[in-house]
Order: sequence, then C-alpha cells, then structure tokens
Amino acid sequence: MENWRRQPWVFATFIGPGTLWLLLFFLLPLGWIWLFAVGEREGPVDIVVTWTLENYREALQPVYLQLFLKTFLIALVSTAICLVVAFPVALAICFAPERYKNVLLLLVILPFWTNMLIRTYAMIAMLRQNGFVNDGIGLLWTGLKYLLTPIGMDGLMGERFAPLPLLYNNTAVVLGIVYVYLPFMVLPLYANLEKLDRSLIEASLDLGASQVRTFFEIIVRLARPGIVSGIILVFIPALGTFLISDLLGGPDSQLIGNVVERQFRAANNLPLGAALSFLLLYLTFLALALRAWFAARAEKADA
Amino acid sequence: MSNGVPIVRFENIEKSFGSFKAVDGVTLDVPNNSFFALLGPSGCGKTTLLRMLAGFEHPTSGRVLIDGEDMAGIPPNKRPVNMVFQSYAVFPHMTVRENVGYGLRVSGVPRGEIGPRVEDALRMVRLEAFADRKPDKLSGGQRQRVALARALVKKPKLLLLDEPLSALDKKLREDMQLELVRLQQEVGISFVIVTHDQDEALSMADLIAVMNRGKVLQVAPPWDLYEEPNCRFVADFIGEMNLFEGRMLSADGGQARLDLKGIGLVDVPWDYPATSDVALAVRPEKMRLYREEPELGWVRLPGKVAQVAYFGDNSQVFVETSQAGRVVVLRHNQSRSRDEPYRTGTDCWVAFEPTDGIVLSD
Repeated sequence: MENWRRQPWVFATFIGPGTLWLLLFFLLPLGWIWLFAVGEREGPVDIVVTWTLENYREALQPVYLQLFLKTFLIALVSTAICLVVAFPVALAICFAPERYKNVLLLLVILPFWTNMLIRTYAMIAMLRQNGFVNDGIGLLWTGLKYLLTPIGMDGLMGERFAPLPLLYNNTAVVLGIVYVYLPFMVLPLYANLEKLDRSLIEASLDLGASQVRTFFEIIVRLARPGIVSGIILVFIPALGTFLISDLLGGPDSQLIGNVVERQFRAANNLPLGAALSFLLLYLTFLALALRAWFAARAEKADA
Repeated sequence: MSNGVPIVRFENIEKSFGSFKAVDGVTLDVPNNSFFALLGPSGCGKTTLLRMLAGFEHPTSGRVLIDGEDMAGIPPNKRPVNMVFQSYAVFPHMTVRENVGYGLRVSGVPRGEIGPRVEDALRMVRLEAFADRKPDKLSGGQRQRVALARALVKKPKLLLLDEPLSALDKKLREDMQLELVRLQQEVGISFVIVTHDQDEALSMADLIAVMNRGKVLQVAPPWDLYEEPNCRFVADFIGEMNLFEGRMLSADGGQARLDLKGIGLVDVPWDYPATSDVALAVRPEKMRLYREEPELGWVRLPGKVAQVAYFGDNSQVFVETSQAGRVVVLRHNQSRSRDEPYRTGTDCWVAFEPTDGIVLSD
C-alpha cells in the first residue's frame, strides 16, 4: 500500500466496504437529522423541511443553556476523575512483569464487554440505600461501635448508622460515568506510556530529580498525547450520556442527553431534539478544532 | 577527592537475575582521574556493573564504594555520578539548553548560577549554536554531545558511559573517541565506559578490564592487554590471534621448551614454573609472508593462500598450512610498486619469531 496511486483497484477494494457502510448508516441518517433541525412538525409523524431557525432558537433558551452547562461540568468532572484514576493504573500495567501485562489489561477491558445496562444496574445494586456499599459501611460501623463500647466511647458513633444517600444524585451520575468510561482513559494512556523510553526516567533520576519530579516533568509531560486522546475519548461520550443519568441520577440530574431522548420519544418533538443534538455536536467540533489549533500552535513554537 | 582512595571500588560483587549470574565475584578498583573501560561480549556483566555505580541495579552481595563511600541504600538521584545512556536519553520535549540545565534545576542550584554553567558546558561540547534546538532537529552525534554536556554540567565525581558510540557511524565514532579523551583530560574526573568494541577500549582507555561470563579476567593498560594477555579468552577477544596448541616440555633459566602440534620444538622466554598444556599465541601482524622459504632461524610453515581480505592500508591473508592448519597474517601494503598482492592459491611461506609469541596456559 506504499503507493496506492499505482494500485487504485486494490485501494478501492480495501477502503470501499467501510466507506459504503459509513455513508449509508452514519452520514445519511446524520444528514437526515440535520434536516429535521430546520424542519417543522406537520401532523403527528410528518416533518417538512422549511429551513426555519425556530428550533435552534428554542434550543438556545436559558433552560437548555443551563442544561448544556451542567452537562459540560459533569462531563468535565468525570473526565478529570477518570484521568487521575487511570494514570497510575496505566503506569502500573506498563511496569508490571511482562507475563502479567495481558491479564491486567484484560481486567481493565473485562467490564467493557458486559452490557452497559447490566453494568449500570449493578451500580444501582452497589449504591442504593440497602446496597452493598451501605451494608458494608454499616457492618464496619456496628463492629467499631462494639469495639468502642468497653471503653465507653461508643457514644461517639451515634445511635445507629444512617445509610448514605449514594444513589439518585449527581455524584452517582459522575461515579457511573467514571466507571463506564475508565477503560477509554486507561488504554490510550497505556499505549502511550508503553512507548516511553525507560532510560529517560533513569536519566532524570540520574540527574538528581526526585521520583515525584520525574513523574511530573518527564512521564506526565511525555504522556501528553495519550492524555489528550483519553480526555477526548471520555469527555465526548460523557457529554452525550443519557442512560447513566437516567438510571443513577435524581430528579435534578437531567443531562442534555436525557432531554434529547425525551424530545425524540415521549415529547415527539423531533425538530427540537435534532436541534439540541446538533448544538451538542457543534460544541464537540468546536472543542476538537480548538485542540487541533492548540496542537498546531505548539508545533509551530517548537520549530 | 581524597588521594590514594580509588574513585570506585567493587568488593566481591555478585549479582543474580533469577538463576542467571550476571556478575560473579568481581573485585575491582578504578583509579582516580582515569579513563577506565569495561570490555567484554554482550551478557558478560559489564553493563550491570555500570548500572550498579549509577544506582539502577543493586548487588546481590558485595559492596560498591564511590570515593570511599559505601553506596548501599543511596538512590540514583543522590549519587555523585552521572551517566551517558546508550540511547542518549535526551529529553525530547526540552531544548538543548533545557536538557543541559535540567539536572541543575532539579537539584536546587540557584537560578543565576544555572545559565553560565549551562553555557560553559555547551561550549565544552561545541554546541553553543544549537542551544535552542529541540533534540529531533539534531544529528546522532549532536544528541550524544547533549547527553555529555548534561552529565558533565553537574560536576560529578565520576562519569559513566554506556556504549556511548555504538549508534554512531564509523567516521563520527572515531571523532567522538578523540573528543571523549580530550574531555576526560579537560575535566579531570574518572570516566568509566562500557563497550564491546575492543578498538574503542584500546584507543581511549588508560586501563581496561576484560570481562566474560560475569568475571573480570584481566585488568591492564591497552599495551599490556594486547601484548601480554593472560588467557586464551583475552588473547582471542582483543584483536586477531593465531593459536598453536601444544605442551610444555621443560622450563628453567627464563626459557621454556614447547612441543607444538605440527610445528615441533620451540624455545620461548618463560619466567614461571612449568605447566603442561599450553598454546603459543602469535598476532597476525607479527607473522611474515614469503614467496620462497626464508633463510631465518624462525618458525617457518609452508602453505597456500586460502583467502585475502583487502582493507586498503593492509590485507589479511589467510594461509592454509599443511602443518598447523589455517593461520592469518597481516600484511601492510607499504609500497605501490614492490608489493605484488598475494592471490588465492599462491604457494607461500609463513614465518614468525618465537619471542613474538605469547605462552598461554589458561
């Protein structure tokens, strides 16, 4: 494939099926939705494309803008937690003995092969009022109280353990997003760190830098491409989340994804739903464009 | 640096990786202000020893002392040594200047002092003009200089070099060899270099330790190592060597009589007690090639030229002798008019003076 111009038929054979697939099942439906966003409802099912901007105007009302902002913040916090949790994991896998590496990677990917709905329900089982987490803490609580009784300190622990409100709030949504998207952060970080020349780390230590300093000035700095990929892979799907917030969130945990879903289904307002989802898509494009622009600028500064 | 104390002392070092013994009982001193080479084939333990000095490996048993101080428990970033890595390990995200300044910055050298010291170091390796470049805009040789400047700017008591020239092409390698010797003399600290290239060790070092299978076989200056190897391995590893196997019949009065296979009785200088199985080792350049049988009191062997490797300034002539098998003779191509080249198949005579041979018993 060195020079595909010389073998155009080979090239076409390789790239043809994928292109056709994307065209038929991705680009065309997406174009359809894009047209909905500038259309009007006529009757319960028909939509006429009138090139109206009314749907976008409605989508930009303060109530939706607030939702956009909230979605953005939840996605941001979840991505940040993912990064902080995933980095040490990826680093540990890189430094693990060769024969354990694949097993460890498998453990990271394993939940990923389980249906997302099942995983989310499992989270509910963990977090609900009488879930495993609360039961576990409750057991520890009773045990500690029992131990403190002989020395008369049991008063410190209060009358009885009140289960923590772990489910149906924003924290649960963030927790759910982190749980579901963690592999998307670990894998690009691992791929990046695995390529890191170990002697760079040794050189930094040799030159007198502490372990912590070496971590931040050499390892993190050189893992930047992996960090950026990981952030994109987690942040963008997190922006569009609706299942997790629907199942784990409370009444105030509605994200933009939930609203879009409701417009498409319950409210049967496809044009508004389309406008909202395209606003989200434009925002994503803007973020990617900004990233590309920053990368190009950094490269120019280097040259 | 205190006088008399060697800058490095290895005491009974052993190092095992699982069941593999990488270093097997090494005791070795590196004198102050010397250019010291650890030479041996790959897997002989030389790199492990070097990494013990840097603090990246720890001996299974034995002690490592640097400037008289036991290094046990001292992490790499607290040791008075710096290393030039085989891959150079130049930080790709920093400019040349930032690379060289990194070691000073992280060890808390005052800001005002860093600048001038970095400039000095860059001048020393002649990289002033490249200070603001990123490593990917540098050649291999220049990256090597960055690694050198970055290590030397910290004024270590000892500079460690791990196969520093192996990635450079021949011409550049020869330039860097001279450069390293100049730098060592200029900064006046000990350099310890690990190499598998005997030419590199011979041309740069003032003291060479030859290693094989985790053991140090001989520590000697280049001349002694080449002319007085103490065992077959060293004789064979350093340069080319013709080995004539045989037995020692008698030894007294500074002389020994050998009975060599296919050659017969030969008298050689020998100051030690008699041993039995020996080999007489003769360097190719100490052998002569004749077209007719020479009228000399030397050892003479008739043969036929089997192969010629031509290098321009000299030729290696492989001669198949009927008495002692294949020998290699180095022939200097000194004259354009007189030296008619030996061609494959030519009948010839090989001769050497017994006193040019080395008696090896190990």
